Amino acid sequence: MPVEIPKDKWAGKIRQVTLGATAAEGGTRAKTVTIGGDTTMPYMHFESPTPHTPVIAVEIKSRKPEDWSALLGETWGEAMNNPADWAKAAEAAGADLIVLWLTLEDSPDDAVKAVKSVLGASGLPLIVFGPGQVEKDNELLVPVSEAANGEKLVLGICEDKNYRTIVATAMANGHLVSARTPMDVNLAKQLNILISDMGLSLDRVIMDPTTGALGYGMEYGYSVMERLRLAALQGDAMTQLPMMVTVGFEAWKAKESKVGSGVPESWGDWKERALNWETLTATALLESGASIVVLRHPESIKRVKTAITELMTA
Amino acid sequence: MALSGIQIYKLLPQTNCKECGFPTCLAFAMKLAAKQVELAACPYVSEASKTQLAESAAPPFRLISLKGPGTEVKVGNEVCLYRHEKTFYNKTGLFVRVKSSQADIAATVAKADAYKVVYVGMEFTVDGFAVEADDPGKFADAVKAVRSATKRPLILIAKDPAVLAAGAAALPGETPLLAGADASNWEALADLAAKSKAALAVSADTLDGLAELTDKIKAKGVEDLVLEPGGKSLGAALAKATQIRRLALKNFRPLGFPMLTFPCNAGDPAREAVLAAQAITKYAGFVVLDKFVPELLYGLIVLRENIYTDPQKPIQVTPGVYEINNPKAESPVLITTNFSITYFSVANEVEGSGLPAWLVVVDADGMSVLTAWAAGKFDAERIAKAVKGFNIESKIAKKRIVIPGHVAVLSGELEEELPGWEIRVGPREAVDLPGFMKQALN
Repeated sequence: MPVEIPKDKWAGKIRQVTLGATAAEGGTRAKTVTIGGDTTMPYMHFESPTPHTPVIAVEIKSRKPEDWSALLGETWGEAMNNPADWAKAAEAAGADLIVLWLTLEDSPDDAVKAVKSVLGASGLPLIVFGPGQVEKDNELLVPVSEAANGEKLVLGICEDKNYRTIVATAMANGHLVSARTPMDVNLAKQLNILISDMGLSLDRVIMDPTTGALGYGMEYGYSVMERLRLAALQGDAMTQLPMMVTVGFEAWKAKESKVGSGVPESWGDWKERALNWETLTATALLESGASIVVLRHPESIKRVKTAITELMTA
Repeated sequence: MALSGIQIYKLLPQTNCKECGFPTCLAFAMKLAAKQVELAACPYVSEASKTQLAESAAPPFRLISLKGPGTEVKVGNEVCLYRHEKTFYNKTGLFVRVKSSQADIAATVAKADAYKVVYVGMEFTVDGFAVEADDPGKFADAVKAVRSATKRPLILIAKDPAVLAAGAAALPGETPLLAGADASNWEALADLAAKSKAALAVSADTLDGLAELTDKIKAKGVEDLVLEPGGKSLGAALAKATQIRRLALKNFRPLGFPMLTFPCNAGDPAREAVLAAQAITKYAGFVVLDKFVPELLYGLIVLRENIYTDPQKPIQVTPGVYEINNPKAESPVLITTNFSITYFSVANEVEGSGLPAWLVVVDADGMSVLTAWAAGKFDAERIAKAVKGFNIESKIAKKRIVIPGHVAVLSGELEEELPGWEIRVGPREAVDLPGFMKQALN
């Protein structure tokens, strides 16, 4: 019985965004990473090919984090003491991008130094996040942006409270921004409009719609991402940006991943459970439209990478 | 495709006899379209109209119910492609596979059968077991051994009709799933499914092949079918599952059945986890896992609960008193709502701080603090009712509660509702709780 496969035809398209700049483009990166360009819901290759493979960014910190799970500490080891070593280790573990997360303890000089050392240690495109407090983010990211002029970094976290400062410095120094909103389609759209109104081309904006980990609100992020992707394909220009989600940050906050003792026996083996937590959250969000997933554990990086390769196979 | 009220009206007698209890046939038709009445209320509707209406009312995905002597698993009846459009209704059944060649079948199954895990205050288990005839001669005995150790529904996996028949014969009065029929054995398996009142899984390499098989099997009178679409890679499996879901939602009957997937054959536990996760998010009715692995099962159960939550009605935590870090009589009593994310934010912060506390979760219809307060679901009366109802007083030395900073305005009313209690206003955000507990609560 011949079955006619239903194919969706969409008017809209996700923007194509390139991260990082090589020497020829005014930066120092060994290569650039391009994401987006999609014209279908995720991985519907039978409708139209997926132009760019989603990528894995690996999260490192400017200082050794004290509150990370022991499982992460034992796998990264000494490399965590210094962002340059950590960036090299992350690249060796399969990272397509590095996310350097600055901390509250960093001075502007510390931040610039950390960013420069990571740029020197790894040729991958770099995303730099402030610690997540509006004033501190501005204080650290502006000098970082200036010091890395032309590298096409992605600067974050760019929110409704501080987007003016972050967008202005990104425009002045040839960088991109990561626009973060708390799991809401309209808020995401609104921030993109505000950023666009300042004159930054949307080809230099990535959306971070925020997610929760598996069991901690992931389904909200999941559905918001599906709705953003659908809106984009239906032609809403202000939602047509590729999406990034900080899966590792969320998944390793969950008790299921973070700790191995004092938890129910029915949760099973700690390490495998933790890897499942990060991997399953990442897989679900890739299938709801993420172009960049930010991960923490090398084994999850390997597993998610294999999953992405398989998803790209028709 | 569901008919509109006007379309239904055309199939009714149009005599306005009122015997259905409605003033006109049109009014009755409107109620039928809204699924608020049964067609049986009309004594005069013709047989031809009845058939036509019944067909239009059939769900796009047939509801399949597998029954064991103790429990039942229902899948199917889904109505949308994306969960935000409505909701995903019948949760994916998670089955654990046993092979007939295996030693200690009963003990292995008993261990998995006893598994219980709690998530957001609810208890979950394995949904059933699959028995695979890798050693056909031992199949019937293996099925009996599994049945001796569990009362949950079973999936029987074999290609040879005689082997499957021997297995099915060991399950009288049940509804197992036979997996499965393909182009080579479908006639014999259709007969067996009809005879043993089992559901039948159907596999083919292409959707054309699947649709052809289900049509032929339905013609033999077997209606309870399950599709096994396969797909070599994650990408191929995703495409097939999506195509089937779309076609069925467009009322393409030959593919209007739930799907069965076998992550158990992934060949690698890490890949199995990803395949199973995709099956849960992308439309599978039944998922067969290689073995009982709690660290995977727990993650998959949580994923399923997340995806199958009604997006209009967030996951709720059972209201009650939750003990954090072994609280004692002098430990503080914190108040929050039963929206799961709210509960988790509060519980995680307090737990992470190492400080002991009693957390009283108030029934606020699953809303967050501010939303619930605005909707009148988290007021002094509800909080007082929880404090009294859960009898927290019997556990503590000092009658004092801490309410979220966002509802500071309730403290006056609470003092009236809870005479003799000290009402303290805590921080607005959960992240500030540990600091508040250290500084302000001594």
